[in-house]
Amino acid sequence: MGLRKIVDNLKPTFSKGGKLGFLASTFDAFETFLFVPNTTTSRGAHIRDCNDMKRTMIVVVMALMPALLFGFYNTGYQHFLSQGVVPAFWESLWFGFLKVLPIIVVSYVVGLGIEFGFAQARGHEVNEGFLVTGLLIPMIMPVDIPLWMVAVATAFAVVFGKEVFGGTGMNVFNPALLARAFVFFAYTPSISGAEVWIAGLGSGEGVVDGFSGATALEHMAVDGTLGYSALDAFLGFIPGSIGETSTVAILLGAAVLLFTGIASWRTMFSVFAGGLLMGYVFQWTGVTAYPAWWHLIVGGFAFGAVFMATDPVTSAQTDAGKYIVGFMTGAIAVLIRVVNPAYPEGMMLSILFMNALAPLVDYYVVEANIRRRNKRVKPAK
Amino acid sequence: MSKMEKEPLFSAKNLKYLTGPFSANNPVIVQILGICSALAVTVQLKPAIVMALSVTVVTAFSNLVMSLLRNGVPARIRIIVQLVVIAALVILVDQVLKAYLYEVSKQLSVYVGLIITNCIVMGRIEAFALANKPWPALLDGIGNGLGYGLILVVVAFFRELLGSGSLLGYPIVPESWYIAEGGFYSNCGLMLFPPMALIIVGCIIWVHRSRNKDLQEK
Repeated sequence: MGLRKIVDNLKPTFSKGGKLGFLASTFDAFETFLFVPNTTTSRGAHIRDCNDMKRTMIVVVMALMPALLFGFYNTGYQHFLSQGVVPAFWESLWFGFLKVLPIIVVSYVVGLGIEFGFAQARGHEVNEGFLVTGLLIPMIMPVDIPLWMVAVATAFAVVFGKEVFGGTGMNVFNPALLARAFVFFAYTPSISGAEVWIAGLGSGEGVVDGFSGATALEHMAVDGTLGYSALDAFLGFIPGSIGETSTVAILLGAAVLLFTGIASWRTMFSVFAGGLLMGYVFQWTGVTAYPAWWHLIVGGFAFGAVFMATDPVTSAQTDAGKYIVGFMTGAIAVLIRVVNPAYPEGMMLSILFMNALAPLVDYYVVEANIRRRNKRVKPAK
Repeated sequence: MSKMEKEPLFSAKNLKYLTGPFSANNPVIVQILGICSALAVTVQLKPAIVMALSVTVVTAFSNLVMSLLRNGVPARIRIIVQLVVIAALVILVDQVLKAYLYEVSKQLSVYVGLIITNCIVMGRIEAFALANKPWPALLDGIGNGLGYGLILVVVAFFRELLGSGSLLGYPIVPESWYIAEGGFYSNCGLMLFPPMALIIVGCIIWVHRSRNKDLQEK
């Protein structure tokens, strides 16, 4: 294989003692990106699998593709709709692609730049985690977000969300959500309100008179209607963050994640269950007049449940813990949506909150297990 | 006192009491004391500077007074005596601020009064003033107050510059840069929240420890 030969020829230059030895971890990152490493683990018991972390991350990226492609299309669709033009399929897709691509590029360049920098400085391998994070960040941003904000937020999330804790696998909070939370609290006007979710609506150029860019969530919070048909909300033809609108596309991704066993069905299922149950509690007690299942198809609920809450690093590690954390995530998200007037969306805050509590839940699950087994042992004595 | 005269006022040892707390023995970033007020009063530079000077005055004179009294105060009631001294000084500072810097005093609100509870003040009395002569105690008080103030000013500098686009109340970022004026820039609202102060303090500690390797925990 030609590529293998090129890599092998370059290797001595980048190894320790070589001419460019100081770039060893950068080289290693690209080599393992191209080829599955042929080294084996030397110590301890490990489950053997042909999958390494890079391959796992690639599967997640593939699972994100339906939502991303739909995000491209919907960006253009919403834009042309606001201009009073009948949206054509390919034009919408192309427009959205051109709008979203810079955000993706900025997110990857900044994030990977910092990751590579840290890996070099610490002399360890580059972690693969950012492959997914770098794509998640653009998908949960509004389309008209200034690019420098994406850069600042990504840098903040990677440095303070991940690197200070020790890199991939050590982070307490989901880095992508941390980036969004940073933008949300630091540059609130750029990520809230009715004008930021559709490309070109903020500048007002060519927008049809009286066109409202309000999201379904805002409609629900303000007047208790969906503002769009439930089918549109389910299919994703509503304004919102780039990748979050289409529940169908997200469910396609969920199917990939569940089929390959990368995401935990326990977490995913219980987030939806928690949200639905909490929605019904509000519906039955008369706090909200709309059906509870609306919560699942609008805003970032489905996206958060499938791609964020299931993050194997920041979610609970024990099976019982996954049920508890997932359930709480869904329930708190709906609670924030309904009760807190300042935040129409609660998914981001609730996932971050449960990220912080997940280790505690795990601790008590393990403790309870030890107690139960101790009890079983004692009478036998 | 006779010993004092033999040693020059600014001997190397005495100077070390003064300058040590600036970096190697900084009360905020090494001893991790006085964090609460570092979060609370650093939204803008001006209150932070005033706060830094107030704390310096209190630590300096409480150290001096307690060092003078150190042989006359029974150990069992020393905490009460310390509190009386500190409280008296804080009230003095508070009155001066109200008289001459009323606006800043209003911004600082309860935090001037809360200097009493600042761990640095009592910490330095307990750790240093009660066991040392008045002159070194005074230097130590000034040094720790300024060391605390240094961190406060650095944190407030970044928070005001990035959070409000100004320094000491004067706008630094040109008006035309802002999104509302057709530009591209926006102040970082997170800088106005206390968590960001904590992160900045963390960054200062990060830089400081990477330069002072002997402080790194293993």
